[in-house]
Amino acid sequence: MTSQPVSGRLRSRSAKLRAAPVGALAIPVVVIAIVAVTYPLLPLSDAGAQSLADGLRPPAWARGGSWAHPLGTDQLGRDVLARLAAGARLTLVIALLGTIASAIPGIMLGMLAGYKGGCVDAVISRLVDAQLALPYLLLAIGIQSVGGRSLTVLILVLALIGWAPFTRVVRAEVLSLRTRPFVLGLRCAGVSTPRLLMRHILPNIAGTVLVMATLQIGTVILAESALSFLGLGVVSPQISWGTMLAEGRDTLVHGWWVAAVPGAAISLLLLSTNLLGDALRTRFDPGNKEF
Amino acid sequence: MIGIRLAAILGRAAATLLLAVTIAFLLTRISGDPARAMLGDNATADQLSTMHAQLGLDRPLVAQYLSFIGDLARGDLGTSLRYGEANLDLIVDRSTYSVQLASVAIVIAVLLGVPLGVIAALREGGLVDRVASAAALLGQSIPLFWLGQMLVLLFAVNWGLLPAGQATGVSSLVLPAITLAMLPLAHIARLTRSGMSEVMRSAFVMAARARGLPSWRIVLVHALRSAALPVVTVVGLQLGVLISSAVAVELVFAWPGLGSLATEAVERRDFPLVQAVVVAGAAALVLINLTVDILYTVIDPRVRDGRS
Repeated sequence: MTSQPVSGRLRSRSAKLRAAPVGALAIPVVVIAIVAVTYPLLPLSDAGAQSLADGLRPPAWARGGSWAHPLGTDQLGRDVLARLAAGARLTLVIALLGTIASAIPGIMLGMLAGYKGGCVDAVISRLVDAQLALPYLLLAIGIQSVGGRSLTVLILVLALIGWAPFTRVVRAEVLSLRTRPFVLGLRCAGVSTPRLLMRHILPNIAGTVLVMATLQIGTVILAESALSFLGLGVVSPQISWGTMLAEGRDTLVHGWWVAAVPGAAISLLLLSTNLLGDALRTRFDPGNKEF
Repeated sequence: MIGIRLAAILGRAAATLLLAVTIAFLLTRISGDPARAMLGDNATADQLSTMHAQLGLDRPLVAQYLSFIGDLARGDLGTSLRYGEANLDLIVDRSTYSVQLASVAIVIAVLLGVPLGVIAALREGGLVDRVASAAALLGQSIPLFWLGQMLVLLFAVNWGLLPAGQATGVSSLVLPAITLAMLPLAHIARLTRSGMSEVMRSAFVMAARARGLPSWRIVLVHALRSAALPVVTVVGLQLGVLISSAVAVELVFAWPGLGSLATEAVERRDFPLVQAVVVAGAAALVLINLTVDILYTVIDPRVRDGRS
């Protein structure tokens, strides 16, 4: 560290400021998760129940709205709040599965590339470059136009989009761990490579991976909502916030809330995961630790 | 020295492009049967085999791949099934709109993002700094196409100030360009801020101060140039992200660019066109990264003189 004493003090103070409310930042995520899990128990109307006579009722606070539908209804008279709660479930499931599905191969390849080096590293790094050189949304469109629309294809597409950043970060971490005395010692002691990677290297990069995964959840949610918006994501009658956005597109002029509500929900969720990721990064980054 | 570097950069770009194109080819073949996707589930075996023959899907995968690469090398991206035109012509046609939109968006992002980052770095913890970092965070968290819809709602539907969509002159560029600029703007501001605050503490800036150079000169000429390097990289990377986010944003604004071409192609089940757009997108991205690499070599005195 070459920073001046003054800036060092400043930095540690701002680090403390940012690291403090990790718990608070997680509140929206936790609330959304609780809603997603307990959704069937909540006193909400049926998310799929149509009532054309009640179509496009505005939210309760707007003129003409009522508390029967606190967030209004969509074109088919379905309660937006109920759909929001129902959609939280699939949105979170997709976000989690998509992140896990991209993290596992991403971490494996990153550890291999960083630890083995040489030829293996060259091939994997080239693959990462190539993957990052593909415009992900176009690639997803290409795959889904052929593979059809199902949850499995969607998760696979999200994994394909998301593995490369994990690989890149993990590779860099392992590269610096490889020459550390404890690793060299274990190697001399004859510990096998898989065991070394899984038992000794992996725990050392867990913090970084956690931060990456938190930030990646946001990317996955964005990708899912974009795909659903383009009509390539989740299929009706299943509801995700992305499909709600897509439905809102047609009623933008006469019922802004149909699109505004799920978009605001996605933004809130993303804001929360991004802040959480930043806070975790501050906490795990050795450069920000206080001495 | 610089010649060798450039040759290496070119070679790497070519390898990346080949790999990216191969991935695009494989994924669109492995993930399902394009003929079935185009004809729907009710297609008869006869129809399927005719379509297979028409698309060359009845041949072994390796043969398909080789002729695909061969065609690509000759600049042939196949023919669209629905338009009956060469895919390349369609893509070139539409990409002028995409380039227009993307470049205006990037210019907005740089013109706003760099000054924001510089001011935030010079007054760390100040009002501009806090507002900028909050805005940067918001920019990264809002789905762009949704932001676009909300802008349409306010500026076009409610206030009637700007057109809601389609390419009808300069005013129709404003909303989609601002929407697209949000994400790169956030990244550029963040990066400029962290780069500048680091550079301002570095030895050479202190040396410049010691020699009595005026502050504006230190900031604008010396520090900014040094902090500009990562910004150049991020502009390149952001152009890549832009290609992706433009797909949905173009749909919102009915902007006739590559993104809408892709969505139209999917809706009309025009598989050759879908594949061509993916390949074209990858090629554009590789080209952008190549430009960034070369620019990097030219801007950075350490890299340029082989002192890295």
